[in-house]
Amino acid sequence: MSYITGVGLTSYGKHEGLSSLDLMSQAAALALADAGLERAEIDGTLCGYSTVSPHIMLATVFAEHFGIRPAYAHAVQVGGATGLAMTMLAHHLVDAGVANHVLVVGGENRLTGQSRDASIAALAQVGHPDYEVPLGPTIPAYYGLVASRYMHEYGVTQEDLAEFAVLMRAHAVDHPGAQFRERITVADVMGSKPVALPLKLLDCCPVSDGGAAFVVSREPVSDVRVRVLGCAQAHTHQHVTAAPALSELGAEIAIAKAKAAAGVGISDVRYAAVYDSFTITLAMLLEDLGLAGRGEAAARVRAGHFSRDGEMPLNTHGGLLSYGHCGVGGAMAHLVEAHLQMTGRAGKRQVRDASLALLHGDGGVLSSHVSMFLERAR
Amino acid sequence: MSEKPDDWTSGREAILYQVCASCRGVQYLRRSFCAACGSTDLSEKHASGEGTVYATSLVCRAATPETRAHVPYNIVLVDTKEGFRMMAHGANDLALGDAVIARFAPFAGRIVPYFERATSKRGRWR
Repeated sequence: MSYITGVGLTSYGKHEGLSSLDLMSQAAALALADAGLERAEIDGTLCGYSTVSPHIMLATVFAEHFGIRPAYAHAVQVGGATGLAMTMLAHHLVDAGVANHVLVVGGENRLTGQSRDASIAALAQVGHPDYEVPLGPTIPAYYGLVASRYMHEYGVTQEDLAEFAVLMRAHAVDHPGAQFRERITVADVMGSKPVALPLKLLDCCPVSDGGAAFVVSREPVSDVRVRVLGCAQAHTHQHVTAAPALSELGAEIAIAKAKAAAGVGISDVRYAAVYDSFTITLAMLLEDLGLAGRGEAAARVRAGHFSRDGEMPLNTHGGLLSYGHCGVGGAMAHLVEAHLQMTGRAGKRQVRDASLALLHGDGGVLSSHVSMFLERAR
Repeated sequence: MSEKPDDWTSGREAILYQVCASCRGVQYLRRSFCAACGSTDLSEKHASGEGTVYATSLVCRAATPETRAHVPYNIVLVDTKEGFRMMAHGANDLALGDAVIARFAPFAGRIVPYFERATSKRGRWR
């Protein structure tokens, strides 16, 4: 058994002058304050990576900087799935009695700490060094390839994909920490600059500075009780060249195992927090997870299904597409928002019922997947 | 098997792949063993350059000065006649399902496989 006992999130966007460690520390301090825990009570630390400040021992660098001496600490690297992979590991660590309170933290000054070209070039290295990278692909191109195939097989259009960008922006409008808060339309997305067609600028998440953290504990520390019900991973490939057929991707494998581990079904889910690095990522994952039928996710967006007052509120902070993407912290913001929703603390973004949440993260090019169910325990 | 392959990745106008003598599996991403069965009994083959377009993405925003000089360029995944999938460049107007044939084209100081529709007169293979 494990509980998410505290969450912390900075605003995303520009944090001029702050380092990755600064942003990690800010988020960690917020998470500890939220849990009502002292630094000395943290006996486990998991952190992600920083492309701006790579280090072979980032967790201990962070622990020293933050002023803690954990009994268990290391970094985790699973690309965009890192946040949920760390949460899954923290869940198992506290469940096994290795630690009582694991601090999970990610943060990076990815926007102001390096040039945008440097970010794009660093991220493109998820491609194969001999067989892909020399061809000059970018992360949007890897996902653009997937998008072209998904559109071809399931009749999805560019206008369909645009709906997801519009939805995430509509949600971000009501979060003061979001990087982009001006409403957009499908026409805006369609008219935005081509990046890696069929993906255009507004189909792509931004590069951001920011940090996110949470505490995963063996026992609840207050009457705010968000429990990890069950989680699972799947890793089918690293490079898009070696990816299996669309019908055999890891999201479907991970969600099936997570449902079994949690003992729940999709019909039990009341709130969804799904990785959205690109509009195609979100469209595919929603359908892979069973939150929409094949090729039907966009229609559900248009019908309001995933809106704040819809049947399945989705990424109500604005997701990576509009809240922002600072690397590891990017998708951790999804969990922070889910936690606020589950504990009735989301303010004007509050949904009616977020008693059971499904979270899903993806790393690489739909390479690594983590599915997780959280439940509000009384 | 650890030496550089004699193909486009080391500047030669060729596409190579490996065939496993044990399970008959084919693989494009070169290794010293078969990723399907683990056998080290692999032989290297020249691909015909023929295939079918599986996916495309037209890169309009590149990340380096060298690649930026080429935009827009079309990144394609091609399912080859020999049964493996590869990433390459392609003509900008390729559609999924098109039958294609490879030639080689300069890109950012190297040569890369470049696929065109198989009916194209410019298509050639050596």
